[in-house]
Amino acid sequence: MNTTRRCLLACLAGLTLISSAALAEDKFIVVASTTSTEQSGLFGHILPIFEKKSGIKVRVVALGTGQALDTGKRGDADVLFVHDKAKEEQFVADGFGVGRKEVMYNDFVLIGPKDDPARVAGGKDITAALKKIAEAKPPFVSRGDKSGTHSAELRLWKAAGLDIEQAKGAWYKDTGSGMGPALNTAASLNAYILADRGTWLSFKNRRDLVIVVEGDERLFNQYGVILVNPAKHTHVKKDLGQQFIDWVVSPEGQKAIADYSIDGQQLFFPNAKR
Amino acid sequence: MNNGRGSVFPLVLDQVCFSPKGFPIVDRVSLAIDAGVRTVILGANGAGKSVLMRLMHGLLLPTSGRITWCGRDQRAEAQAMVFQRPVLLRTSALRNVAYGLKLAGMPRAERMKRALDALKRVGLSHLSQRPARVLSSGEQQRLALARAWTLEPRILFLDEPTASLDPTAARDVEEVIREIGATGCKIVMTTHNLGQARRLAEEIIFLHRGRVMEYTPANVFFHAPRSAEADAFIKGELP
Amino acid sequence: METFSDSLSTAFRLIWSADPELADIVLLSLRVSLTAVFFAAFLGLPLGAALAVGRFPGRQAIIVVLNGFMGLPPVVVGLLVYLLLSRAGPLGEHGLLFTPSAMVIAQTVLITPIIAALSRQTIEDAWREYEEQLRSLGASAGRAALTLLWDTRFSLVIALLAGFGRAAAEVGAVLIVGGNIAGVTRVMTTTIALETSKGDLALALALGFILVGLIVAVNAAAQLTRQWALRHYG
Repeated sequence: MNTTRRCLLACLAGLTLISSAALAEDKFIVVASTTSTEQSGLFGHILPIFEKKSGIKVRVVALGTGQALDTGKRGDADVLFVHDKAKEEQFVADGFGVGRKEVMYNDFVLIGPKDDPARVAGGKDITAALKKIAEAKPPFVSRGDKSGTHSAELRLWKAAGLDIEQAKGAWYKDTGSGMGPALNTAASLNAYILADRGTWLSFKNRRDLVIVVEGDERLFNQYGVILVNPAKHTHVKKDLGQQFIDWVVSPEGQKAIADYSIDGQQLFFPNAKR
Repeated sequence: MNNGRGSVFPLVLDQVCFSPKGFPIVDRVSLAIDAGVRTVILGANGAGKSVLMRLMHGLLLPTSGRITWCGRDQRAEAQAMVFQRPVLLRTSALRNVAYGLKLAGMPRAERMKRALDALKRVGLSHLSQRPARVLSSGEQQRLALARAWTLEPRILFLDEPTASLDPTAARDVEEVIREIGATGCKIVMTTHNLGQARRLAEEIIFLHRGRVMEYTPANVFFHAPRSAEADAFIKGELP
Repeated sequence: METFSDSLSTAFRLIWSADPELADIVLLSLRVSLTAVFFAAFLGLPLGAALAVGRFPGRQAIIVVLNGFMGLPPVVVGLLVYLLLSRAGPLGEHGLLFTPSAMVIAQTVLITPIIAALSRQTIEDAWREYEEQLRSLGASAGRAALTLLWDTRFSLVIALLAGFGRAAAEVGAVLIVGGNIAGVTRVMTTTIALETSKGDLALALALGFILVGLIVAVNAAAQLTRQWALRHYG
């Protein structure tokens, strides 16, 4: 029993050691952002630069825009970094956020199968392409998750003069998932899908999918950064959060964003107002 | 004067019935047990011997009737019981024997010493560090007896203690039982082995279908049983 | 099938080179799940013992509910703990959401019923064998429960390993309450989910092999414990 007791004490000591192998109490902020910024690798590129300069660690929780905004409302994040201007402005108007600043934009691209059953490839008009798709009814994957990309998709259907709620049928696959999983689904189904360029460029499971429509101005996608309102949630790290926001719109931060590329292609275009 | 220790006797059963499912397993038993001779409870299978013993030990509560130890309703403490299959913990023989004393709150050094003494008396001190459950059944049963012995009981109940043992092991166990009895502890035992009863019993309680048919000195029972059932049992005619 | 052989070689390469990021992820997974097992044992073993040995009205109902909770869906547990720990929730002031502590809490909630239910079964079986002798020796129900907890320790270790296996393999709870933050709350299962969603299937599968290897090792440990105990203690 003595040996067993010693064994137990050793296990206990080891366990306490493992558990308290703490994250040393660094300065950190929680940024709620979207899957597109995380999965495109942008944060992996710009955050180390910020962390080195300021000593503040940035913990990114990658959710859809809808969930990110909800996280901000609950006060579980310090800063939001999302891409749905209308919802962001509503968020600030409702008093949940302060000091919204525009940071950068990227663009959406329409992805589709190589053999292009809806005959939209090479076009420069997204609404025309969507109309053709609604007529031909090939498989089309939608994110359906209240994300910025999903909101953009819905806006574009509307701009094409279509009521997608009426027009959709078995060909319209509402997956309720993030960009990556939706792309996986589209690849498996050989479907059309609206995606942000960043995620597409770093997506590895393309199978027979290619970009079919790009460059339309209406495909541009604006990102904004907002501080969660410290008046509403007193625990919000407003100084550290503000440092991050200020850096991201500063020349240095904007340059870091512009420098990020995949295969020589720039993904995000900084456009913070001076 | 210690409160519970000496006050087991007389162990009195007054019209005790045990009928958990409606029909009586023990049926209106009235008897008194006193310190002294070795008592064996005999009877056919299903006669109610084991249940009667558990009632006497206080492990079961009677459905009706009353059991008292030295006139008190509360179960006396200075008792111990050994079962047909020895129940031992997953630890050494020595610790098993000391377990009863541990429950009683005795400090470690003292209880280990007493346990070792008990092991010596049953001839098993050379096995003190062995895991108890890998020992032979005979050795295990002697361990159980040693454990009971450490408690210095005034009465020791044994329920078919050698039924699962081979003859040699059985003889060893019987020897230990005699020794415990010789120290002044009252032995109350059940068996369905007539030979063993003849060897060990000084007094017989004969049970038939839950009723006490005879309660007599052993030689009287074996030579001149009063009831037909006892007679049939001795002749081996009852199952 | 090239994905399969790609993944195997990726897996070996990652393990062989002791890739530091991989090591961090594995260590965090172990840390979170082992800590959860520790707390779940602390809560579940006494509960199991009390249910095994105690007799009180409603006991059967509690046992039925407990057995049912063994199958709690991890994602539901994650959601409930998320609502509790969110700043907008009752325990929000501690700021535990999106930290490893939240993951430990969620996994503890998930596996405590398993440990309680399994230990209850083990101890109840033992109680059936030991009850008369222990009561004869003067043990109260409480003392008996403690004795049985120690005596059935090898079977209980196996129950703990079962709890660990369940915790290490789940993704729903830790994903919601942890937020899958790189370097902070990213564990093996959430990394597999992430890499899959990025379409990097080879890497995801490689991590999957490592995770399965870990689970198999844990089960092997359980088997060996059982055999060793039987040989040495009977």
